[in-house]
Amino acid sequence: MSIIVNKDTKVLVQGLTGKTGTFHTEQALAYYGTQMVGGIHPAKGGSNWTGSKGETLPIFASVAEGKEKTGANASVIYVPPAGAADAIIEAIEAEIPFITCITEGIPVMDMVRVKAKLDKSKSRLLGPNCPGILTPEECKIGIMPGSIFRKGSVGIVSRSGTLTYEAVFQTSNEGLGQTTAVGIGGDPVKGTEFIDVLEMFLADDATTSIIMIGEIGGSAEEDAAQFLIDEAKKGRKKPMAGFIAGRTAPKGRTMGHAGAVVSGGKGDAESKIAAMEAAGIKVSPSPARLGKTLVEVLKG
Amino acid sequence: MNIHEYQAKALLKGYGAPVAQGVAILKAEEAEAAAKQLPGPLYVVKSQIHAGGRGKGKFKELGPDAKGGVRLAKSIDEVVAHAKDMLGNTLVTAQTGEAGKQVNRLYIEDGADIARELYCSLLVDRSVGKVAFVVSTEGGMDIEAVAHDTPEKIHTIAIDPEAGVTADDVSKIASALALEGAAVEDAKSLFPALYKAFNEKDMALLEVNPLIVMQDGHLRVLDAKMSFDGNALFRHDDVKALRDETEEDAKEIEASKWDLAYVALDGNIGCMVNGAGLAMATMDIIKLYGKEPANFCDVGGGAGKEKVAAAFKIITADPKVEGILVNIFGGIMKCDVIAEGVVAAVQEVGLKVPLVVRLEGTNVELGKKILNESGLAITAADDLDDAAKKIVAAIKG
Repeated sequence: MSIIVNKDTKVLVQGLTGKTGTFHTEQALAYYGTQMVGGIHPAKGGSNWTGSKGETLPIFASVAEGKEKTGANASVIYVPPAGAADAIIEAIEAEIPFITCITEGIPVMDMVRVKAKLDKSKSRLLGPNCPGILTPEECKIGIMPGSIFRKGSVGIVSRSGTLTYEAVFQTSNEGLGQTTAVGIGGDPVKGTEFIDVLEMFLADDATTSIIMIGEIGGSAEEDAAQFLIDEAKKGRKKPMAGFIAGRTAPKGRTMGHAGAVVSGGKGDAESKIAAMEAAGIKVSPSPARLGKTLVEVLKG
Repeated sequence: MNIHEYQAKALLKGYGAPVAQGVAILKAEEAEAAAKQLPGPLYVVKSQIHAGGRGKGKFKELGPDAKGGVRLAKSIDEVVAHAKDMLGNTLVTAQTGEAGKQVNRLYIEDGADIARELYCSLLVDRSVGKVAFVVSTEGGMDIEAVAHDTPEKIHTIAIDPEAGVTADDVSKIASALALEGAAVEDAKSLFPALYKAFNEKDMALLEVNPLIVMQDGHLRVLDAKMSFDGNALFRHDDVKALRDETEEDAKEIEASKWDLAYVALDGNIGCMVNGAGLAMATMDIIKLYGKEPANFCDVGGGAGKEKVAAAFKIITADPKVEGILVNIFGGIMKCDVIAEGVVAAVQEVGLKVPLVVRLEGTNVELGKKILNESGLAITAADDLDDAAKKIVAAIKG
C-alpha cells in the first residue's frame, strides 16, 4: 500500500510546455510508467506535446476539459510564480481531487487567497514550493529523483525537498525502502500539513515506520507532535525518527524557504526538537544519520 | 525587504492613517530647515536604521551617558544639536548585534502628547493561512517579552480574505485595545486602512509599536516597521525604490542580483548547497563537527552554470572563508550543471582554500566525471557526513 498516489493516479500537467514542466514530465513518464495523461495550455488546446524521446501527450485548453477527457484525478503545477496561484485555483474549480504545486516563490498573499478557496473545496493541495510526492515503482509526481527510491515500509514526510532525498536515499541504503515520500513544502501558507500526512501514514498498513523532517519557523512540528501524542493515547503509534533543520540559523533571518524564519520568539529548532522527542520521535542531531537513527529505533 | 520608519509612515499616510508631520534628513545642516517646517514646540529626532530598540540603543562613539537613538527636543536648537550628535555615529541596539549600525538618516518629527501606548501588528498567521492583527494594550515595549510574560494580554484577530476587515473585526480590535470615544471612531478607518496597505503592498510584517492614544483622545501611528514579501516585489516597483542598500550586507546584495538565497554568517566554512532545508542542515552538521558556517547559501532548484559560478565567487570573496563545502542532492538541479559552474568559477577566480564537494542525485556520475577531469584540487565526499568531516579536517590541518 501507499498513501495519496499509486499506479491508478492519472496526472495532468499545468505548465507542461515550459522547460521545467517538460523535463520533469519526461522523468515521470520514465518512472514505472506514471500515468501522465495530458497538459494544460489556454492557447495550445488541441495540439500535442512531444518530449525529447518522442513521448507525446495531448494538450487541453483548460483543467476542466483535461479532466473530462482523460479522467485525471490529479494535477501537477510547474507554472511560474506570478501565475501559479491562478493555476491552483483553476484546478480547485475543476474539482481535481489532488493538486501538487512545485512552483517556488509564490507571493504569500496569493496563497492566502488560494487557501480561502481550498478550505471550501474538496481538493487536497500539496505545496507549493515542494518537491512533490512519490510512491516507489508506481507513481512520481514532481521533481524527486526516482533512482534513489526503493519499495518498502517507511513513510517519509518533510518540509524540505533535498532533505526528503536524504531520508529516501538513507532508508534505501539501509534496505528499508519507502511506502510513499511526501514533500509538503517550505512556504508559510500551504495546502497539506504534517498532521494530514501523519494521519494517512498511521492509517496505512504497509507503512510500519515514519521519518518526519521539519525546519525552523512556524509551529507545524509542535502541532504534529501534539497530534501524535493524542493518537498514541488512542493506541495508534508507529516507530518514528526525525530531524529539524536550522539549529544554527540566526533569529529573524529567512533561510531560503519563505517559511523558514525564527520570528517573534517562535519557531526555533530547540522547541521543535523537544516537542518531537516528547511525542516519542527519535530526533537525529545529524541529517546524515536519518536512516541509521530509524534502524536503531526499529531495533528497540 | 525592510524599509525605514519614515518611508513606512509616508506609505501609511497615503492610505489615510494618522501619522505625525515629519521630515527626513541626511545631513546635520538640514536639521534646522527641517524642524522649521514642523509646528513645534516639541520635536522628536529619530535614527533611521533597519533595526528595533533604537530608543534604548547607545551610540558607540559617544559616552555611556549620552542619549539613545530616539531623542526628544524642546527647541530647534536642540534638534540641531541632536542631529550633529547622532548622524554618522554607530547605534548599537538589542537587534543590531555588537557591531551596530551607522546612522545615515534621521527623521525629525512633530512631538505628540501621549495618553496611552498600544501595540498593533499585521502578519500572515500561518496556522490559519490568513492575515491577522496582533494587538495588545502593552505598547511601546518589547512585544516578545509581553508574549512571554503575559500572553493573555496579546490578542490575535484573523481576517477572512474574502470579507476583509468587517465592523465586527474592528470592534474586536477596539475592545482588545480598550479604546474609547474618539479613538473608537478613528479605529473604524485606521484598521481597515492598515489591512488594505498590507494586502495591496504584499507586506510580510507591519508593526505599529506604539500606536498611541493622544491626550485629545485620537489615535496616531507613532512608530512603524514594515517589511515586504520578497517574492512579490516583482509587482511593486514603488516598494523596490525604497530599498536602502547601505543597510544590507554587500555579499547579500550581490547574491540577490543572482536570485540566490544567501545569508552572511560569522564562521569560516563557506557553504554552497541546493535546497533551503539541506543548506540549513549543512550548516548544522558543520557546527556538529565543531566549526561554524560562514554563510547560508541555497542556489535553488533551477540554477544554471552562471548562477552557480556567481554563488561560488561570492563565497570565495568572503575573507573569513578558510574552506568551502559544496553539498548537492540533485532533484531539479542536475549535478553536471553544478560541477560545470564550480569548475568555471575556480578557473576564473582561482582556489586558495580547501574545497570539498559532495554530489548525489540527478546526473551524479556526469557531475563527478566533470570534477575529476578538471584537474582541480577538489576533495570528493561520499555523503553529507563524510563531506562535513573532510572540510572540518581540512581547515584544521
